[in-house]
Order: sequence, then structure tokens, then C-alpha cells
Amino acid sequence: MKLYDIAHCRTGDKGNSITLSVIPYEESNYEFLKERLTADVVKQHLKGIVEGEVKRYDVKNIQALQFVCSEALVTGVTTSLTLDTHGKSLSFALLELEIG
Amino acid sequence: MIRIGSGAGFAGDRIEPAEILVEHANLDYLVLECLAERTIALAQKRKKQDAHSGYDVLLEKRMRSLIPKISGKKVRIITNMGAANPIAGANKIIEIAKELNITVKVAAVTGDDVLTKISPDDLAWETGEPLKEHGSIVSANAYIGVDALLDALKSDAQIIIAGRIADPSLFLAPMIHEFNWSLDDYDILAKGTVIGHLLECAGQLTGGYFADPGKKDIKDMANLGFPFADILADGSATFSKVENTGGQITLRTAKEQLLYEVIDPNAYITPDVIADFTSVKLEELSEGRIKVDGAVGLSKPQKLKVSIGYEAGYIGEGEISYAGPNATARARLAGDIIEERIGHLLGEFRVDLIGVNACHRKSFRETDPYEVRLRVVGKAKSTAEAAIIGEEVEALYTNGPAGGGGARKVVNEVIGVVSTFIDREQVRFQTQLKEYVANETL
Repeated sequence: MKLYDIAHCRTGDKGNSITLSVIPYEESNYEFLKERLTADVVKQHLKGIVEGEVKRYDVKNIQALQFVCSEALVTGVTTSLTLDTHGKSLSFALLELEIG
Repeated sequence: MIRIGSGAGFAGDRIEPAEILVEHANLDYLVLECLAERTIALAQKRKKQDAHSGYDVLLEKRMRSLIPKISGKKVRIITNMGAANPIAGANKIIEIAKELNITVKVAAVTGDDVLTKISPDDLAWETGEPLKEHGSIVSANAYIGVDALLDALKSDAQIIIAGRIADPSLFLAPMIHEFNWSLDDYDILAKGTVIGHLLECAGQLTGGYFADPGKKDIKDMANLGFPFADILADGSATFSKVENTGGQITLRTAKEQLLYEVIDPNAYITPDVIADFTSVKLEELSEGRIKVDGAVGLSKPQKLKVSIGYEAGYIGEGEISYAGPNATARARLAGDIIEERIGHLLGEFRVDLIGVNACHRKSFRETDPYEVRLRVVGKAKSTAEAAIIGEEVEALYTNGPAGGGGARKVVNEVIGVVSTFIDREQVRFQTQLKEYVANETL
């Protein structure tokens, strides 16, 4: 099962950091995600994309996980040579993750 | 209760949804959020070349459409389309009103431009290096908050145009004005900030940037409607959109937008308040109506963030496509050829294969795509130097692997952006009123 099967995700950008908001379709999957989708798992999956720290915030009031990844945009939105300078498409890179 | 609509979520946003909101939503306020970090730096460069420019490039188009539609209605427009030059933007609005012969009063709010108050020796927050080390500084705009807009709201101006107001503050200011909220009541300011944050990206709350066919289906996206909020004096609000417009507001779209670009859900910082989003409650009242309540405010930041634009050279890009048998290998060979020829001439250089590894800088799957597009990009100190990249890619037509087609080349000037901070006391606001009164004999 991929993360894509049970959750949706949106990326946001700030400087050279990105946010990845992971929201389960079914609220009953929130605890499962909290257990499996640790900051380390996300950091490992995004190896080669995110160079810095990955921090997870549990936003339990809306059953969501917020990952804040630093050094993720190859110098940042305004100066990066990458095709997707904002990292907007990276939400679907995370959703590729095999979650068990 | 007051009703605030969101008529634009970025500089290039569609114009029609704002027209629909004005005509059918019975709004008290329409907010047009049209400014990003880079946009204001580019606007400052335009202003340098021509003192009468430096406002948003789509201002004329949006205002030409909206001025006749707001005429005679109670709705007031609040916008950051002034960009680097709110006074020139206001003058342009008056010029359009004159041409259309429609009475309009405009308030221009200034004070965010702090270029003369910033030292090149100040440190950039992102890098810890002095600002001057990044490149020649072209702009310095402080993110200013609701206090900059309150004088304009107290006037009878129907259009309020400013520059670098923080996005949620554009929405929070009319709430403070209408409900007489105290600027020290951080809980209520946090609630209003959440409302502003949910509205500021317009269509992103109504199903735009959300749809995924078969998984997250959204109806009638071609006619995507933008949201409005009905806000009560207690800081709670209900979000919906005009009936028969496309899109959808659901708990899912609201959750995605609540967390959008939030780097600390416990402390979302604006010039007005530090808001804790982890106590926000979202509730679906009925299909397409979402109630929001419950944010908590912590305090107000002591310093204001300043967005610094600097000259960062030029980016040259070239692309060419390969398709059919062995397409990926031919595209790779083409990339290797360019890298060998010019890679060493440029400080920063990269080769991507669009269709294989360009978006994510890697691929999570083994793929053998039918067609692949080579993208070569590099940074240079001059336009002439940057142009070489596209020229070399184009030359693959006769010098490269077989079957390359559809070559394109482009050079763009790069404005980099870093941040620093400034004491609140150093930032002073002014409000200037301008008016055109319709000539009835015309």
C-alpha cells in the first residue's frame, strides 16, 4: 500500500524549506499514520531531495501531520535552477511512499 | 456579521471569480492578494526605470473590470496591488475611473518600503551572511500589518491599495475596523488571522490545487468559484462560495489550506499576532459550508520581517525532445554533449530529463517513457553568457543525437530574495486619499 492510497498531501514553500501536509482520507487512519510516518521515514524517502532536517508536527485538531523540511529547494524558490522551483510537485513524491 | 470575499490569490490569478463575487455575493469587502516575494522586487526594478510604474502589472485589467461593478455598491476593495508604488497604483485607478466617468475614492497606503533604513551589513536570516554578500540590493519591503490599513478603513475610500501588507492582514484589518477588536486581544486577532489565511489563496480553498481525478474529484473546475467568509464579532466564520460556480469547499480542502506554507502550526507569525493553529476547529455545517473557530493567539512579534530583493544574475535554459525507441538514452547523450561543451563555463549548471527525473530531481520508479524532454539550465553573470545555454541546445538540431525536436530557449533575469528584520518603530505608515467625481454632463 502506498501513502497515496490512504492520504492526500499539499506542499508549501518558505525560502529553502518546504511543508508537506499529510491528511488521511479516513480519520481512523490518523493513529496508523502517526505510528508509521515518522520524520525519519520521510527523511529517508526524500533522500536526494531534502538535504536538511525533517520535523514533524502532529496537528491532531484536524487529524493531520505537518512535515517541515529544510534545505529542500536547492537554494530556494527565487534562485533555484530546478524545474519546479517551489517544490510544489513534491507532495506526490511523498505520496509514492510504501507505507505497508 | 460581515462578509469578506477573496478575489485573487496571486498576481496572475483569474479575474472572473472576483467579478462573480462582486455581482452575486453581496460582499462587504473584496480582498485581492496579488503579491509574492519576487513580485515586489521586480516591481521595484520597474519603478526605478519609470517613477509612474511599479504597481501590479494586472492592476489596470482588474480595475477596469471591477470599478463599474462596485459602483453604487457597499463593497470595498482592499488590495496589495500597489506593490512597489501604491501611489502610482492609486493614480492609475483614478485615471481609469475618469476614463469610465465613474465616481471613486481611493486610499493609498505606504510605509513598507524600508530600503533607506536597511544596512547592507545587516545579516540575512536564511544564510547568516551580510545582505551585501548576496548581490546588489534592489528592494527592501517590510511585511506590515493591520495597523497600516486602519486609517484608510476609517476614511470613506472604496478602494484601498497598499504594498507589502502581510497576506492575512489584508483580511484581518476590516474585521478589526468593523468589530472594534483590540490590537492587544491576541486570541481574537489569531481567529481573524486564521480566516485570512484560509481565504488568502482564493481558489485553493474551493477545490483548486486539490483535484486528483478518480481520487479527489472536484466538480466544474473550469468555472471554479472563489470563497467568501461570513464573520461574526466573536471571530468565528463560515466559508462558502457563490451558488452554481464550480469547485467545492470541504473539510479536506479546508485542512489542506489551513496548513499551507505553515512552518510551525503552533506559532504562525504575522506582523499582528503569533497564532496557534493547533486549537482551530473545522466543522462541516452542510454541503459546501465550513465553520471555523478556536484559534489561540500568543503575542505579537517584536520585529517586522523585511523581504530583500537582490540581483542574482541570469538563468539561461534550453529544451529539446526525443521520442520513440531509445529516447531516454538519446536525451542523456544530448545532455552529456552540452555538459562537456559548456558545463565548465558556468558556476551553476544542471541537466534534467523531463519525463524521467526533472520534477523531483530523482525518480521513485523505473520508467521507460515514450518521450523525454532534455532540459539544460545554468546561471550566468550576463544575458549574453546565459544565452549560450539555449543556443547550444538548439545546435543539437544538427550537432546532436538523432531525432531531437521542438527546441526552445529562454533567458531570465534572476532576483534573489532573502529576509532580515527591522524594529517596528522604524516603520511609519501614511495614507493618501485620491478621488474622481463623475461628470454628470458627460
